[in-house]
Amino acid sequence: MLGVLQRLGHTTLSGFAKLGRANIFMLQVLSGSLEILIRPRLLIQQMYVVGVLSILLIGLSGFFVGMVLGLQGYNVLSDFGAEESLGVMIAASLVRELGPVVTALLFSGRAGSALTAEIGLMKTTEQLSGMEMMAVDPLRRVIAPRFYAGFFSMPLLAALFSFIGIYGGYFVGVGLLGVDEGAFWSQMQAAIDFREDIVNGVIKSLVFGIIVTWIAVFEGYDAIPTSEGVSRATTRSVVYSAFAVLGSDFILTALMFGE
Amino acid sequence: MYNTRMIEIGVGFFVALGLAALFLLAMKVSNLSEYGDQHKGYHLFARFQNIGSLKVRSPVKMAGVTIGRVSRISLDDENYEAVVEMRIQPKYNKLPDDSIASIYTAGLLGEQYIALEAGGSPDFLKDGDEIEITQSALVLEELIGRFFMKAGDKASDPADQ
Repeated sequence: MLGVLQRLGHTTLSGFAKLGRANIFMLQVLSGSLEILIRPRLLIQQMYVVGVLSILLIGLSGFFVGMVLGLQGYNVLSDFGAEESLGVMIAASLVRELGPVVTALLFSGRAGSALTAEIGLMKTTEQLSGMEMMAVDPLRRVIAPRFYAGFFSMPLLAALFSFIGIYGGYFVGVGLLGVDEGAFWSQMQAAIDFREDIVNGVIKSLVFGIIVTWIAVFEGYDAIPTSEGVSRATTRSVVYSAFAVLGSDFILTALMFGE
Repeated sequence: MYNTRMIEIGVGFFVALGLAALFLLAMKVSNLSEYGDQHKGYHLFARFQNIGSLKVRSPVKMAGVTIGRVSRISLDDENYEAVVEMRIQPKYNKLPDDSIASIYTAGLLGEQYIALEAGGSPDFLKDGDEIEITQSALVLEELIGRFFMKAGDKASDPADQ
């Protein structure tokens, strides 16, 4: 009985301790932000790894998601004789929800896990302590550029995802199923509001970018420096990112669209 | 590791691509292209008994062409009428001052909009003018209610005679 209580207490305490470490870690990274301005090349290199190499995955996924939305939406909407609203449905679901959320999930799998594994391995092979020995702060030199690369890449990738997705839906809806092209675009433009939909989508993707990269770099930095520890940290990075993104998406949606 | 120049070109390409996607989303998908006109134009007022589900930013149309948007809706609590303020684009400045404003629905389940019907007066509406002749929104429940009342009357009439 006491053993169970002790285990519960231990889990709670270590959970809080980890949360505290994550926050202190984040503050230190943020206070090291100036390094980005002094050495922008570090950021550019990470943007390449995190952003540019994700373009193909994000673009292809966006195209297929858009095509599926086109097919499914057409089936449902044609029951009501409202095929012309296909554009609205595709654009609203992509810009508001699927763009930011699916991009964040793919991003955590494609870039977040790589960040965690890379930083975890740096810690295991004592590269981070080596840097500290040379009076180079690894938080500024290694972590901050990776964090900002994720922060800047996420909204760009999400916009790309939504845009390609809408063209995927256009390809299926207008090209294959014969929805009227004018109605597709004009109804979309009439229904999608810049401030309400597009800006809120960008805000979402910014928040998800922070969450996913924060979790990824922290899990790597906090990993137990063994090969098993790094593998666990990589798993946790993806799992926690998915939970955090979906959970915060609900809160953000309730705040933005809940009226 | 990688060639620095190639990396920088790649990142530049990525950022340009992302920003272009965002820009195109704003211009092609949303209604941003109308935003520039939002603070231009002149105001007209109209009073309605019932505005149904008319909302701020609903279109104002004449002959089916969108010429402005609803900018504010308030209730006059002395006459219990809805006061609708519309902003009309400046290029449409030749609306006769005896025009009729009605609230219609686009399609069976579509959004509601204000339709202006031109009158024959030689004088034009100016900023701050009020449209005198208005026709309220059709509320479906009222129509159905009236229909049933009539049906009920007819059914009971033969029984009386």
